[in-house]
Amino acid sequence: MAFTNEQLERYSRHIILKEIGVGGQKKLLNSKVLIIGAGGLGAPAAMYLAAAGVGTIGIADADEVDLSNLQRQIIHATDNLGQAKVLSAKETINRMNPDVTVNTYRTFVASDNIMELIGDYDFIIDGTDNFPAKFLINDACVMAKKPFSHAGIIRFKGQLMTYVPGEGPCYRCVFKNPPPKDAVPTCKQAGVVGAMGGVIGSLQAMEAIKYITGTGDLLTGYLLTYDALSMEFRKIRLPKDTSGCAVCGDNPSITELIDYEQAECSGV
Amino acid sequence: MSEIKVDDTVDITDVVCPVTFVKAKVALEELEEGEVLSIRMNEGEPVQNVPRSIKDEGHQILKLIDREDGTYDLLVRKTGS
Repeated sequence: MAFTNEQLERYSRHIILKEIGVGGQKKLLNSKVLIIGAGGLGAPAAMYLAAAGVGTIGIADADEVDLSNLQRQIIHATDNLGQAKVLSAKETINRMNPDVTVNTYRTFVASDNIMELIGDYDFIIDGTDNFPAKFLINDACVMAKKPFSHAGIIRFKGQLMTYVPGEGPCYRCVFKNPPPKDAVPTCKQAGVVGAMGGVIGSLQAMEAIKYITGTGDLLTGYLLTYDALSMEFRKIRLPKDTSGCAVCGDNPSITELIDYEQAECSGV
Repeated sequence: MSEIKVDDTVDITDVVCPVTFVKAKVALEELEEGEVLSIRMNEGEPVQNVPRSIKDEGHQILKLIDREDGTYDLLVRKTGS
């Protein structure tokens, strides 16, 4: 695949970088990333990946654009109100970069559709807002041997970690099981600063770009937390031994996907 | 120094920074290790910046020839990868 002059110019700031270069940009254009949740995290992640020239971006979300989303879900605009989020997101991406093919899946992920959804993709971004979905994405990615970026945001806080099969702990290694329903407030109840999604979602996009181009060190084996109020990032080393994990361990007790009871939230 | 064998040429006089370097970099990718690329560039900004950027990538600058028509030919040997 040869670059057109337009592509050389569009991606010049990538191609100039030793760590990306022509080869890395070609990898990006040939890559496929699935973003689950077109909300506070998924919006900036999708936009940076689209701008970067990730050739195929899948977006899964069942919701419609709501006025209360627009404070943080920057891929949607006021004239998208009421529209399916996946279509609104697709429109934005098409305007940003014609090199990107957008696949839309207007659905919530569940045990009966997630394996099919992730099957075609090289890297998955968890931009969901609830624990059942987060554990489902983790377990499915472990079973399908797919790398993914986990993230969560609430109030002024955020966290993320990256799972790569065979290269460190999974989300369940760290968090075991979803918390009891209502033990943790959703962002609808608790609030969240819009820019939190920008910070953490952009970090997820960065992890995807590094994974695809094979550049640098991923956040595997670590949990990164961000507290905006105290302006502190913490990179917490996670235990190396994953042998006892219920899903990615040596003798997994979880061999089928689980649909935990959903604590609903109107979007990250 | 005897005559240097040039394996490929690229003209970057039709583009401006930073695409000058990008175009040269793409041309270098097409070459095998040890082969020589001749890059035609404009005087001024390109001739100040492109050789330095190519050197930073680890390639070997062999010669800069002033063509005395406002353009230069930069001969580069591809090294490293």
